[in-house]
Amino acid sequence: MSRLKDLQKNLFGGTTSNARQFGMIFTLVAIVLLFQVLTDGLTLRSDNLIALFQQNSYILILAIGMLMVIVAGHIDLSVGSVAAIAGILVAKSMAEWNLPWPVAILFGLAIGAIIGAWQGFWVAYIGVPAFIVTLAGMLLFRGGNQFIGNASTIPVPEGFREIGSGFLPEFGPNTGYNNATLLLGLAAAVALVWRELRLRQTRRAMDADPAPMWISILRMAVMVGVIAFASLRFASGRVGTSFPISGIILVALVIAYSFYTRNTAGGRHIYAVGGNSRAAELSGVKLKRVNFFVMMNMSVLAALAGMIFVARSAASGPQDGNGWELDAIAAVFIGGAAVSGGIGTISGSIVGGLVMAVLNNGLQLMGVGTDRVQIIKGLVLLLAVAIDVYNKSQGRFSIIGSLMRPFRREDAAPPASPPDAEREPAKAAVSG
Amino acid sequence: MSNVPILLEMRSITKEFPGVKALSDVNLVVRAGEIHAIAGENGAGKSTLMKVLSGVYPYGTYDGQIVYQGAEARFSDIRASESAGIVIIHQELALIPGMSITENIFLGNEPRKLGVIDWTAANRMALDLMARVGLQEDPDTLIKDIGVGKQQLVEIAKAFAKDVKLLILDEPTAALNEADSRHLLDLLRGFRSRGITSIMISHKLNEIEAIADQITILRDGRTVETLNVKADGVDEDRIVRGMVGRELSSRFPEHTPKIGEVFFEVRDWNVRHPISAERQVCKNESFVVRRGEIVGFAGLMGAGRTELAMSVFGRSYGVFESGTIIKDGKEIVLKSVADAIANGLAYVSEDRKAIGLNLLDDIKMSTVAAKLSKISHHGVLDQVEEYKAAEAYRKELRIKAPTVDEGVSKLSGGNQQKVVLAKWMFTDPDLLILDEPTRGIDVGAKYEIYGIIQRLADQGKGVVVISSELPELIGLCDRTYTVFEGTITGEIARKDADPETLMKQMTSTKKMLTR
Repeated sequence: MSRLKDLQKNLFGGTTSNARQFGMIFTLVAIVLLFQVLTDGLTLRSDNLIALFQQNSYILILAIGMLMVIVAGHIDLSVGSVAAIAGILVAKSMAEWNLPWPVAILFGLAIGAIIGAWQGFWVAYIGVPAFIVTLAGMLLFRGGNQFIGNASTIPVPEGFREIGSGFLPEFGPNTGYNNATLLLGLAAAVALVWRELRLRQTRRAMDADPAPMWISILRMAVMVGVIAFASLRFASGRVGTSFPISGIILVALVIAYSFYTRNTAGGRHIYAVGGNSRAAELSGVKLKRVNFFVMMNMSVLAALAGMIFVARSAASGPQDGNGWELDAIAAVFIGGAAVSGGIGTISGSIVGGLVMAVLNNGLQLMGVGTDRVQIIKGLVLLLAVAIDVYNKSQGRFSIIGSLMRPFRREDAAPPASPPDAEREPAKAAVSG
Repeated sequence: MSNVPILLEMRSITKEFPGVKALSDVNLVVRAGEIHAIAGENGAGKSTLMKVLSGVYPYGTYDGQIVYQGAEARFSDIRASESAGIVIIHQELALIPGMSITENIFLGNEPRKLGVIDWTAANRMALDLMARVGLQEDPDTLIKDIGVGKQQLVEIAKAFAKDVKLLILDEPTAALNEADSRHLLDLLRGFRSRGITSIMISHKLNEIEAIADQITILRDGRTVETLNVKADGVDEDRIVRGMVGRELSSRFPEHTPKIGEVFFEVRDWNVRHPISAERQVCKNESFVVRRGEIVGFAGLMGAGRTELAMSVFGRSYGVFESGTIIKDGKEIVLKSVADAIANGLAYVSEDRKAIGLNLLDDIKMSTVAAKLSKISHHGVLDQVEEYKAAEAYRKELRIKAPTVDEGVSKLSGGNQQKVVLAKWMFTDPDLLILDEPTRGIDVGAKYEIYGIIQRLADQGKGVVVISSELPELIGLCDRTYTVFEGTITGEIARKDADPETLMKQMTSTKKMLTR
């Protein structure tokens, strides 16, 4: 039993959020396996996995930005519309002004930055709630898209389409697999092993016992196994396909933003503002700058997502990005972010987004109509957040982690009661 | 007076909260038609007693008996006491800013005709009630468009609309300027001549002396005495003696101060209220702090001590008007909290849960929160350094937690306060401003925190302590300023500091300096 507890405690790294990460990843794996069975093996087939990533990379990119917005205590409803207006402007810039596509991509990011500065200005410096600012932005930029594009579609050139539907090149000896994907997988495996070893070193530097060696080895083995399996799957699709370019962009962003939110002062300030903005302010955090940054960053990522979508569908249209905001917000909340701000992780949001994506994909493979897919997705979101709210009223934090309560350590700490007990007399004392 | 019938008698009221006895055996006798003042220090139990009376703490949650109009009263909630004619007007007014005077007066008590609000009757009745409290305004005026003084009158009119027999006012003049206060006191005298009984809780002893017929003094949740103002020849000094007359035992670590030169000075500090700009919260306040010195700020609630501290700390409160800060002989301008921290200031707030800590954080994140630059290289946090810093403070301040990974929400009040102290010690400040550093903390932890404060002073830092507990200021501080209504009214050296002197200075505007 104690070995099993050790295992649960240490399987997925980190220090405090073990049980929770374990729970979320467990849920994802469970859903994947469920659909693998229900669809007779269709779910994990190479072409389906590739399509899954291509169809969802832009939502997951939005989820990265949305996580930061929600952690800071705001919301962004405009991302779909921002994506749409950036998409149409970029398409137009290439079709009519003949911008080369790399320049057009920079142009698109700049549009995102300008729109983000506009929304960030109202939120941070004027103090209009982000809900209102971005609701206005949702109308404004959707209308802008249709005004600029005359409500028609504009095609985009070949080179640009690579970022949405492109694959890694084929090279090297004929192994029967896509060599570039295999190399990527290898690099990822090496990086994970390196990270695990560094983690042990850090724990030792903190005078804390690192996890037992056999657990580290087991953890590395599991992760390397998953990566090996995934790389082989992605590499063994139809010739000419590989791990998609849009997926690579996503992975790069996930790594960069995870590092930013966890390991930098700027990232920690976002959590501080969402956790207790007044306390953050009195600790020297520049509230307005943080709020401005998260709103602006969100719009830049929305513009990127819009471009990837346009590249994948080969043309920009008036309905691009409809409803994306809801998918992104759902991913973040299913991934364990708190509605009141201050809590949430990038990796959690990505897992949350993947849960939704696999659900969507699996149900479609089973031939379930979009009507029922929506009903199921709605219920999943409601359930996930309901558990979060219920847990908060019980004094606990985690979300899907709590689905896993039977699997958690027994000493997962009872709700904090002593501070409350002393609060009442304290109040009486100050008002007496 | 003794032939006047008794309207209210509270007999041996005892009220306990988990771990604390807020009231024990309190007795109060109020005669019909008098103004009865209740006096006592912060925390003496005045508000708790009124909450028992008005049914906020319903019958059964306290011990003792309330006899009202000759019969035992058992109020189950505030509506029950109101229907018996007992109306309490709290310090924080319970008015809806976006509604008119009439709407507020009849809120929850609307005159109806066939279930529909009869606005004609309401307006007519409102005008009548407003005349009784001397309020001349259009009854359609919105509450937010009239001043605090008039808002107070609307509250009283609202009480009359409920046919009040016993009016309870909790610090009625705390937020009022002098003219409004005088008007309110005149009004209370008028009520008395018309036979309405009032209970008034006030920190302003001059007002009590001027208006009350009887005074009941509470101390540490017990009745000390009831004085008859005329018969006993009561004056402010007499009230103060009743309020603070307790022994000061040695609740402080031994300490020999090592006081150096003046290094921090605030001159002619003027700040206005952030919302109602006509209210000046700090009026020409000046003070100095020496190296190694613990300087106290005494004052009643609402005197503007927190506001002064926060406005000095990077203008984090109110609208700055004028004033200079001089540190180490040079003038410094602190426009933001970041400026203040960079210049070696630290402010430990009075409400650690609401604005002092992010309760989602663990101990190590909280410890480094105010100076992340100290543990980061090129903006990237070094988590090993973070851990080591937090661990060092955990040991030094004896924070009771298994590891620094423990969430701060799980700590007791005393340990949370130590984390906040660690957070600000980590910023290497020269001047620490501690606002109510021992509020809501048990005696043992208090002793430890006093020790920490003394050690900080011995390192050559200046420490400012704002406290509402006079014994704490007297036991801890080398020098104490008294603050009254946004003005520094006195500066009292350790040798002259006694409760009577402090209490007198913090309740009147007369300047006194002892050095």
